[in-house]
Amino acid sequence: MSTLPTPLGDAAIMLRRNVRHTLRNPVTVFQAVLFPIVIMFMFVYVLGGGFDVGGRYVDYAMPGLIVMAVSYGLGPTATAVNGDMTKGIINRFRAMDVSHGAVLAGHVVATTVRGLIADAAIVGVGFAMGFRPHAGVLGWLGAIGLMLLLGFGASWLTVAMGLASKTAESAGMATVPLIMLPFLSSAFVPAHTMGAGVRQFAEYQPFTPIIETLRGLLTGTASTGTALTAVAWCVGFAVVGYAWAVATFRKRA
Amino acid sequence: MRNSAIAVSGLRKAYGDRVVLDGIDFEVAEGSVFSMLGPNGAGKTTTVNVLTTLAKADAGTVRVAGHDVVTGTRRVRSAIGVTGQFAAVDEILSGRENLRLMADLRRVRPVDRVVARLLERFDLGGAADKPAAEYSGGMRRKLDLAMTLVGDPRIIFLDEPTTGLDPRSRRTMWEIVRELVADGTTIFLTTQYLEEADQLADRIAVLHRGRIAAHGTPAELKRQVPGTHVRFRFATPQDLDAAALLLAGSTRDDQELTLRVPGDGRSRSVRALLDRLDDHAIDAEEFSVHTPDLDDVFFALTGHASTEDPAR
Repeated sequence: MSTLPTPLGDAAIMLRRNVRHTLRNPVTVFQAVLFPIVIMFMFVYVLGGGFDVGGRYVDYAMPGLIVMAVSYGLGPTATAVNGDMTKGIINRFRAMDVSHGAVLAGHVVATTVRGLIADAAIVGVGFAMGFRPHAGVLGWLGAIGLMLLLGFGASWLTVAMGLASKTAESAGMATVPLIMLPFLSSAFVPAHTMGAGVRQFAEYQPFTPIIETLRGLLTGTASTGTALTAVAWCVGFAVVGYAWAVATFRKRA
Repeated sequence: MRNSAIAVSGLRKAYGDRVVLDGIDFEVAEGSVFSMLGPNGAGKTTTVNVLTTLAKADAGTVRVAGHDVVTGTRRVRSAIGVTGQFAAVDEILSGRENLRLMADLRRVRPVDRVVARLLERFDLGGAADKPAAEYSGGMRRKLDLAMTLVGDPRIIFLDEPTTGLDPRSRRTMWEIVRELVADGTTIFLTTQYLEEADQLADRIAVLHRGRIAAHGTPAELKRQVPGTHVRFRFATPQDLDAAALLLAGSTRDDQELTLRVPGDGRSRSVRALLDRLDDHAIDAEEFSVHTPDLDDVFFALTGHASTEDPAR
């Protein structure tokens, strides 16, 4: 009559719940795409002409915008996780024989998938604006893989921030650094053109290697060293986010 | 003697240096309704949290459905259903989707039939496909309880299920509780309302400042306080004086112009009382026979009115 509960089964049920939330509230995807598109218009058509990036500007800016589509999509997840914790439904799940990790994993997977959808949308708009990457099949697979990894890592970090925040508003605000960091990276101008101080920051912060790797993959000039740094950052996000999330979940719930 | 659905002994719980539960013991027989009665801050929700595996006790043992809540947590969880004080529904999902979610998580089949039956039983069919955010408070509580019932848990915990509900929704909730008991479900219910405990419970425990101040059947508790009496209210202080002189053993209240006369409340003795007043041409404006209710019990046991706890 009934099958035995498993953590994986629970996670699938929770994922279905989060996907329903997104479908009911498609604006969360729209938002993730809208802002990067506005920024793309501004940089490509308004400011980009003044930058010397050694090639067409739209090709240069695209990887940064793809990364931003992921980070802009994080806010709603932090708010939703916080809502789950504060609105009492978490106690319903906790008093049931339901894997606790499944509740969080559902959010992580849904957010990662949402990030990929936003990426597909922004790449589509990019093509319409003249984006012409030179990547082969392997390059595209690498790019998708990297965005999956970034989405996964950033989602765990976001879930942790959602759990740790006192209110839904502060949870939404907690993801702002992840949205702002790409601006201070090599997303729009090469880091070596920046002033002292900002340049060092841009060179050593996580989003520069991630964006550079993505750029390399899409233009067929990827460097292994940068790629390893990028992957390390994404894995680092995931590990720190996971540990923080689990610790906070135990403490709060 | 029926088996115990819940057995608690020596339960203690403190948050920091604030002692919330200071050693409580009780048992709940299978298929009965047990009500924990107490004012805000008495420790009712903490008790529910420990019994439903949401919080760990500092000391004592708690067995629910035959399993220890610490060592048999998962078994306890699969035997119980919990409806907390605040409706725990997913507001973005519809009523139907909320119930489906529960059915999926409890691996209950066939999902559609289980969900349809609960929607009908709780009279939520018309709003089944609306998001729960659009539900009224009463509907949300009903949905919450329906979600708790998915999979027919043997023991159900209801933490102040009717607080904040209008009288009609409260009656509906009581009906549902009675139906559940008729089906053999054990119910653990907390409430601040004496009437609710009186209406529903087989046994009541009065929780006061982290201890059980009294427990027993509603009738047993009522017997613990003396007090059937007849109450007269007079139009003038003169009438009150005259009546007080006439009826020995009575207690007067000069402010209210009332007189309480102890008695057994039987028709013959009441009639004798009225006759004596009539013989002396004393007319009472108002008269009532008062049997002790749980409010009196609560007051007698704790020295406080039931609705607030001045200790906190």
